[in-house]
Amino acid sequence: MQEPKEIFVDTSRCTACKTCEIACAVAHSKGGNLYAALMESPAPKRRLYVEWVSPDKHVPVLCRQCEDAPCMHACISGAISRDERSVVVTDTDKCIGCWTCVMVCPFGVIGRHLETHKSYRCDRCPDRETPACVSSCPTKALIYRTAEEFSHGVRRGAASELVSGEGK
Amino acid sequence: MSTDKSVESKSLDPAVRQMIAKAGGKGISTVWDRYEAMTPQCGFGDSGLCCRNCLQGPCRINPFGDEPKKGICGSSADVMVARWLDRAIAAGTAAHSGHAKHLAHTMMKMAKGKAPDYSIKDAAKLKSVAKRVGVSVEGRGDMEIAKDLAAAALADFAEKDTPVLWAATVVTEGRVKALSAIGAVPKGIDHEVSEIMHRTLYGVDADAVNLLLAGIRCGVADLAGCYMGTDLADILFGTPTPVVTKANMGTLKADMVNIAAHGHNPVLSEMIVAVADSMKKEAEAAGAKGINVVGICCTGNELLERHGIPSCTHSVSQEMALLTGALDAIVVDYQCIMPSLVNVAECMGSKIITTMDICKITGADHIEFTEETAAAKAKEAIRTAIEVFKKRKGRPVDIPDVQNNVVAGFSTESIVAALAKVDAKDPFKPLVDNIKNGNIRGVCLFAGCNNVKVQQDRNFKIMAEKLLKENVLVVATGCGAGALMRHGFMDPANVPALCGDGLKAVLTAIGEANGLGGPLPPVLHLGSCVDNSRAVAIVVALANYLGVDTDKLPVVASAAEAVSEKAVSIGVYAVAAGLPTHVGVMLPVLGSPAVTEILTDKVKGLTGGYFIVDLDPESSADKLLAAIDERRKGLGL
Repeated sequence: MQEPKEIFVDTSRCTACKTCEIACAVAHSKGGNLYAALMESPAPKRRLYVEWVSPDKHVPVLCRQCEDAPCMHACISGAISRDERSVVVTDTDKCIGCWTCVMVCPFGVIGRHLETHKSYRCDRCPDRETPACVSSCPTKALIYRTAEEFSHGVRRGAASELVSGEGK
Repeated sequence: MSTDKSVESKSLDPAVRQMIAKAGGKGISTVWDRYEAMTPQCGFGDSGLCCRNCLQGPCRINPFGDEPKKGICGSSADVMVARWLDRAIAAGTAAHSGHAKHLAHTMMKMAKGKAPDYSIKDAAKLKSVAKRVGVSVEGRGDMEIAKDLAAAALADFAEKDTPVLWAATVVTEGRVKALSAIGAVPKGIDHEVSEIMHRTLYGVDADAVNLLLAGIRCGVADLAGCYMGTDLADILFGTPTPVVTKANMGTLKADMVNIAAHGHNPVLSEMIVAVADSMKKEAEAAGAKGINVVGICCTGNELLERHGIPSCTHSVSQEMALLTGALDAIVVDYQCIMPSLVNVAECMGSKIITTMDICKITGADHIEFTEETAAAKAKEAIRTAIEVFKKRKGRPVDIPDVQNNVVAGFSTESIVAALAKVDAKDPFKPLVDNIKNGNIRGVCLFAGCNNVKVQQDRNFKIMAEKLLKENVLVVATGCGAGALMRHGFMDPANVPALCGDGLKAVLTAIGEANGLGGPLPPVLHLGSCVDNSRAVAIVVALANYLGVDTDKLPVVASAAEAVSEKAVSIGVYAVAAGLPTHVGVMLPVLGSPAVTEILTDKVKGLTGGYFIVDLDPESSADKLLAAIDERRKGLGL
């Protein structure tokens, strides 16, 4: 199986503009654009959350699509499964709104939809090649790559740090 | 390099398309490249839910109802959106009235003998405006009247006991009453701008309705600034009468010194035109066949309506004029001048010359212009262009072989004069009769800019085509007029193809009565963006003739591709005058459903006018036609 891509975050680049939050909600609206989305009821929901870490770090937090997903194990109605894209999805027909998934999620990224009485979370934008949040990020703080590609970038950075340290 | 398809998606103008492709080939960044780099744009800003009015901010309210639901100070989405709108109206008002104030100072200096290069070109208009605002004219010399008129104009800026004269004396009596009833009669033009800055400060006005009422009052102050701008420019430089000219980049001449006047105020550009002939020898000595002055944006419209100076291009495509390689200098005053011109000029070996203390651009040549030394400074600017020509001479240029015939110069006065040729005793009768019998279904004013978010000219072209076919009399100002003239809408030869039968008959009858041997052009060019006042003057005259208020007339307006905050303030005074007013790009107000509802619906109960926001030109035209028909029904037509 081809290694799936994940959404990684470069926290040094996030300016907390929250463009990703808006893009996420718009991508999950019926109209598919901001102006139409603003008029919709129920209002479309964002599925990622930019959190502030004092004093000056900002981190977009979203579903990590855990391999050993606590929500999937905890779901009492068997509504949560992993699809062919390796994305953890909730079958809204089966969801009974018990919020157990909300309780066990280590990242706090599962939402409660007050109008539909179902849980919701990042679905990795199944109809888009690149998730809306990633495409929207003006500073490229959100990165859509395989874990290997991401790690390779980190390794290269670490290696160059190491070499520059040797020269001193 | 851009593909053909991506070039086509940017503009409908064939000359502009050629230059976009050239820019792509040369790797020169244009407004369309920068727009692409800017997208996706911020959803908070786009919905009006971003506030930076205090240092606790920036605050953003979640447009989808999640937290944060209020600003740090507690302001709601409604307040945030209304405050932004007010500040945009104030900025537009400050710009139009700053332009008018500049003309008033020029007139004062002229009257005091300190600006020898200026004179009174329309003494009849001087007297009629003076009478209208209560400056005595009997037995007085023109300069004496001009001095008092300039003083009256300048007095309209500060708060005073009497209302702003250029607002109160230019609308119907019914409008004065309607606007008084909602507290929307301005006390002073600058006063209203200043008061908006106060009330939108941290911790002042936090009631969206109250904020919007102040916005309407400031919008009426903007009408005053525009009206004053037109009045004073007509007196100093002449009231336009029909002229025949050309538009688009084909008006540039490879073997001449090409100089474009860009910006808004005729105070400077009139001087360029006035001295250009006297500089011909210098240009010839440099190897040129002469000096070719063209216009860009509204200073171009000012020169076009008074002297038939050709219009090179407009608004979003201003950089493209430089890409021809044939434009030796652009002399600018203020407003709508993209700073990027300096970079493109550098790439193309051209010069940007700034002239106003309030509008300098890093990298441009600055020649400080004063009314006292006007002609000398204008010559200095032209000399700079001649120097550029010397270096450019012999280099190949790419002047697109695109130009359209234009008949322009339709001031209120020249329209009334044209109508008088049909019925000398009762000039408005033929117009009103044709509105009554349905030959003219209604009137639509196109105003405003070209916005990079819209394929250039698309909204104007599609809407004007549809409205003309439906026998709507179309008038246009500013870069809206620019868009339409570049697509043949001001060429009388296109009347048969563009206009419905009723309209065709009316335009032909008026044209023939005036000895043109054919019709007036399909769209009447009323001038620059301050000249939206001419549209108001015509509508007010029509309303007074019919004995109804302006909000009852089958007259609509559209800023189909708006950009500037000036378009926002113009839109507000159109609504204050009672017109259904279309905007073809999104205003950042959707974050407040309440403000959106007020602008598009509830304000109708106050002024009779309202905004129609629609990004689709086809359905926008349908909505304007429906609004016209509703008004016709109201009048029993």
